[in-house]
Amino acid sequence: MLKWFHRLGSPKTFFELSAKWHPWLLALSMLSLTSGIIWALLFVPPDYQQGNSVRIMYIHVPAAILAQSGYMMMAGAAAVFLIWRMKLADMAVAAIAPLGAAMTFLALVTGAIWGKPTWGTWWVWDARLTSTLVLFFLYVGMIALRSALDRQATAGRACAILALVGVVNLPIIKYSVEWWFTLHQPASFSLTEKPAMPAEMWMPLLFMVIAYYLFFVTALLSRLRNEILNRERDTEWVRKWVAAQ
Amino acid sequence: MGQKVGGCAMKFDSLPAFFAMDGHGAYVWLAYGITLLAIVLSLWLPALTRRAFVQSEKRLAQRAAVAENEGETP
Repeated sequence: MLKWFHRLGSPKTFFELSAKWHPWLLALSMLSLTSGIIWALLFVPPDYQQGNSVRIMYIHVPAAILAQSGYMMMAGAAAVFLIWRMKLADMAVAAIAPLGAAMTFLALVTGAIWGKPTWGTWWVWDARLTSTLVLFFLYVGMIALRSALDRQATAGRACAILALVGVVNLPIIKYSVEWWFTLHQPASFSLTEKPAMPAEMWMPLLFMVIAYYLFFVTALLSRLRNEILNRERDTEWVRKWVAAQ
Repeated sequence: MGQKVGGCAMKFDSLPAFFAMDGHGAYVWLAYGITLLAIVLSLWLPALTRRAFVQSEKRLAQRAAVAENEGETP
């Protein structure tokens, strides 16, 4: 196991292995996103209160889940980098930040668009919304910090520390709907309890969450592979790979 | 209500009804449009970056090869 971990931690090995996974992941994520969206737009019943605007839920909730999950992945990679000095982990931190920012942006924007017909307003300084906005700024800060520091080693360490400090925001987002209940509803979906909605509504939602995870991993892999190429550009194996393209 | 497709009922009777979504069409389509755009860009931009990397590295390698050849001729 540890040996496997070490082997996979080598950028070259990871690059070669991920070349095999990537096309499959891409096909799988496109297929599941397309079918999930068709399901959500055409076959899900309208909500008895919200009408058809409830269809936004199927893209809003997965985006919000991935926004937080992506941050967990990034912080995990940051910890691995700080503890074991694994270069690949730092590359992962760099690759996740823009994707996490995109997911948080989508969660905020689709939430605002859903909020207008449902709450009557695009935006309120509700605790859930505000802490998600902070998450967005954390991601943007990660990108800015890395581009501001020239030395790779310094940038890696600084970003890893910022990623770990920012983890305090995650429980704030999670419990914001209970601590300061204002407008955003509490979770209607959890791992431990029965969903608070009928199966014909939660099944497509679960399907979309899985589709978003697949998409996230696919896009992350593409970005990580680029990051590897860029940082290992002076090595023999990258030169050979470029020549073979 | 709706047509039967594979035993599962579609929730709209017509295409215009699907676009209108009972008055929520603008919100639903705007949200889905932005999401699709972001997803497509997230998958496509890395592919463009990769292509640009390969091209620039190839150019550099060629230039290095040319410089080496010129260095050898007296």
